[in-house]
Amino acid sequence: MELLVASATGVMTAVGIYLLLRARTFPVILGLTFLTYAVNLFLFAMGRLTINQPPVISALASAYTDPLPQALVLTAIVISFGMTALIVVLALRGFLESGSDEVDLAVSGEGDAARVRTDEDKARLPS
Amino acid sequence: MNLWLIPLVPFFAAVFPPLTIRSGRNVCAVVTGLATLLALALLLSHAPAVYRGEIVQARLDWLPQLGLSFSFFIDGLGLFFATMILGIGLLVIVYARYYLSRNDPMGRFYAYLLLFQGAMVGVVLSDNILLLLVFWELTSLTSFLLIGYWRHLPEARQGARMALVVTGGGGLLLIAGMLMLGNIAGSYDLSVILQRGDLIKASPLYLPMLLLILGGAFTKSAQFPFHFWLPHAMAAPTPVSAYLHSATMVKAGVFLLARLWPVLAGTDAWFLIVAPVGLVTMLVAAWIAIFKDDLKGLLAFSTVSHLGLMTMLLGFGTPMAAVAAVFHILNHATFKAALFMGAGIVDHETGTRDIRRLGGLMTLMPITATLVLIASASMAGIAPLNGFLSKEMMLEQALQTSYAGIPWLFPVLVGLATLFSVAYSVRLAVAVFFGPQRHDYPAHPHDPPAGMWLPVAVLVVLVVAIGLLPALIAGPIVARTAMAVIGGPLPSYYLALWHGVTPALLVSIAALIAGTALFLAYRRVEAFRLSLPRPDAKTLFDRVIRRLVAGAGWSIARSHTGSLQLYFVVILAAVLVPAAGGFWSASHGSGARATLPMSLQAVVAWFALVGASLVAALRHHDRVFALILTSVVGLVVSLAFLQFSAPDLALTQISVDVVTTVLLLLALNLLPKTTPKQSSLALRWRDAGIATVAGLGAAGLVYAVMTRGFETISTYHLEQSKPGGGGTNVVNVILVDFRGFDTFGEIIVLGIAALAIFALLDHPFGRAAARRLASIRFAEEARDAHPLMLVVATRALLPLALTVGVYIFLRGHNLPGGGFIAGLVVAMALIMQYMASGYVWANARARLDSQAMIGAGIVIAGLTGIGSFVFGRPFLTSSFDYFSLPLVGTFELATAMAFDLGVFLAVVGAVLLSLSQISRVQQRAERSPATDHPMDIVLDADTAVAKEV
Repeated sequence: MELLVASATGVMTAVGIYLLLRARTFPVILGLTFLTYAVNLFLFAMGRLTINQPPVISALASAYTDPLPQALVLTAIVISFGMTALIVVLALRGFLESGSDEVDLAVSGEGDAARVRTDEDKARLPS
Repeated sequence: MNLWLIPLVPFFAAVFPPLTIRSGRNVCAVVTGLATLLALALLLSHAPAVYRGEIVQARLDWLPQLGLSFSFFIDGLGLFFATMILGIGLLVIVYARYYLSRNDPMGRFYAYLLLFQGAMVGVVLSDNILLLLVFWELTSLTSFLLIGYWRHLPEARQGARMALVVTGGGGLLLIAGMLMLGNIAGSYDLSVILQRGDLIKASPLYLPMLLLILGGAFTKSAQFPFHFWLPHAMAAPTPVSAYLHSATMVKAGVFLLARLWPVLAGTDAWFLIVAPVGLVTMLVAAWIAIFKDDLKGLLAFSTVSHLGLMTMLLGFGTPMAAVAAVFHILNHATFKAALFMGAGIVDHETGTRDIRRLGGLMTLMPITATLVLIASASMAGIAPLNGFLSKEMMLEQALQTSYAGIPWLFPVLVGLATLFSVAYSVRLAVAVFFGPQRHDYPAHPHDPPAGMWLPVAVLVVLVVAIGLLPALIAGPIVARTAMAVIGGPLPSYYLALWHGVTPALLVSIAALIAGTALFLAYRRVEAFRLSLPRPDAKTLFDRVIRRLVAGAGWSIARSHTGSLQLYFVVILAAVLVPAAGGFWSASHGSGARATLPMSLQAVVAWFALVGASLVAALRHHDRVFALILTSVVGLVVSLAFLQFSAPDLALTQISVDVVTTVLLLLALNLLPKTTPKQSSLALRWRDAGIATVAGLGAAGLVYAVMTRGFETISTYHLEQSKPGGGGTNVVNVILVDFRGFDTFGEIIVLGIAALAIFALLDHPFGRAAARRLASIRFAEEARDAHPLMLVVATRALLPLALTVGVYIFLRGHNLPGGGFIAGLVVAMALIMQYMASGYVWANARARLDSQAMIGAGIVIAGLTGIGSFVFGRPFLTSSFDYFSLPLVGTFELATAMAFDLGVFLAVVGAVLLSLSQISRVQQRAERSPATDHPMDIVLDADTAVAKEV
């Protein structure tokens, strides 16, 4: 079972990083989501895997799994939702304003505003 | 007890000048003056104790783990400097009231002045050297504000910046030096450090520590070769120059040398470094001062020269020289502040500070002339003024000093410096006040109002009085202060005007005659000087700064290309390279911990996850498809949580996944549906390579950890969950109790993220954005904005979903559930209304404002936490009890539940706000009529409305 979880974490990390390195906003956001899954599972696995020992105190239970990684991962899941939502909206507004959803300023895309912005940046730099 | 107040009063009082300036400039000045007077009165109330030989202390721990405490002490030295700072500060405040013109923002000036004053007093009264450093940096910052007060003048800005760079840079050296000092001494308290001189001098780190501390002191006190910033700081208004550059800021370096004299002085290194630096500064600055045409420039270099004198005296390391240094600090402060203010009066009245354009003012401004002449005579060291006395003491010390085996070096050079100082004093007096009256002054000079010359007169009276009756007036002060500097018994000396014909007196007389001769031969000497090479420090400084700025610009242009992809590659490489290093240097076997057997379901789920992930990576150009695959992965992850004994995580993961998927779908509706193929094949292979290496690393790491045993710290949480936290669901108890502070921070972050989203989308769209929004074409299938099935289903499900939410919330403390999950469920149920029936319809029916919900949630959670203070417990200590009601039976009420309610509200508000905002933008894009009854089957509008109502 450990092998399955470890390899799944690896695959999700790899896919997440591959998508992060794409040039458009939407794949980058998906990549972040993948990376979030991987990181959360990673953190969770630090408490080792146990079956049928939920950390709910009862007289019948013989042992409990480690609750601390679970609590940390729970907040991490919710925070990552906040982060994803913010970045999605940033991407959305950026696209509506500039007409381009590229993540690179260096390669100026078809967006008019994107190009203008790079020129302004260049002008601002000390020559 | 009121010791803390002395430095704090000016800081707090700095609020008042900008407020009171509306009531007039007099009120503003009076308020400022009263604050200074209050601080002075508090200070002097301790004077009797100090003069009885006590050391007044006040201590308040700040960060005891780091040795930082908010503690102050007053001994002779601290009292002396603090009195000088506040006393001269008071005179400067009066003077500035008349000096500043109507156009100068006076409130701002006095505010800066008070801040600076507080920082200076803090420096001289701090008992803790870390606290001293804090105040030290504050003097650098506030003097920057004061020097750059006339911010419209480029010289003021440049001078301020130069002063900040030099003194701030020195401050960094000082921080390092002081940390070393505290480390060697084993304490950061000055009162302790001062007792451990032998330990410190014997330390192998003594020399580097000494160099660093001297770096701080020399830059602050403008010692050679850091002397160049002081003249440029003269672009400040004259009251600032009079205050900072005669009595306070530049004396901070000298103060530090005096303060640490018992622990640092007396070694060869101290003498060999400090004494010659002081001597060279004294000589070079006096030479330059002779040729300055700007009155304040002349005074500035003269100040540098006198600071050199004090440094040199302290550098001698003998108790007698320390007494002389203390006496000269006092004398210099009186005559130099008087001279600066006098120069300010001349500038104010004639409109120029250029010596070449002045002359003959004696008859036009008799009062000012008399005062300035007396002060400059003291500066030249003419009897019977106070400058003469301390100069004699200095000469006596210097004549006995032999440096590096050369007995004549110090006497000759000090004599030369004395000669120069006579020359510039004579030039100042004669060229400004004597000679024929001129007719081309830029203004009509006459004596200023009394408010301007009275402060000068007060100081000049002191100059004369100390000169005539030194033992009576200055004797106790010098003795008490010198005792604090030396930290031991005083040498035998007596302050008097007449010591008989001593070698020092002869040198003095010779210097007086030769100095006057030098002034008479001014033109020839100046020609000689012009033939010497004169490196201009400002040009050099500016060149260095320009190089640094260009270098910074170059490196920014190189590293900040604006390419997110490049940044990611750099970040990943920075992670992978050290990780690879760690990997190769360790063993690679798996651990011995027993693994769990695989189950068929798990293998199936694994295939689903891996398959969906890989296909998502390969086919990510089709965005909707990739999104669906992503949510498949999320589903498997939540199943994994369920399988491995984490029901709370499974619930959270699945509800977050639903919300995230809905959010991304909403966004995708407005974004392009496909990603163009842009990257070259090579680039894709490179990225795949990086990703594979990272993935293998992550997988290997997780596997290695999971196959090894571990010690958990959770035993405590499991044991205390029920008795301490009152709940059986340990994960929930950790969230709302054990680690409630984390959760509190987290809901704040979530709220901020939601508000940022609101701000991003609420801001009106520009023309281009509105055009793009209008040009979005929806697919034919999406034409039906409010499908009947969806609308009916969501409305029917709403009460059910809300009930489930409440249920999950209530059981959360004891069984899987809780505020986070309940919040997500309820938010989802509400969001479905927006999706199915449209923004306008849903928004009109929303009773609760989602922003208010975020706020209320955070407030409730915060109040619950603060509530524990009432019972004298730490923040967020939960308490609970069991109650029984008829019919309901026994039930538990815990404060943790109120906290969880806060979490619940914040989550609902944040999710609702984010998603409804996107849905609102969508509404605009749909251009559908803002119908209030969004069921497209409506046959008759009237019946529909009736039904809705």
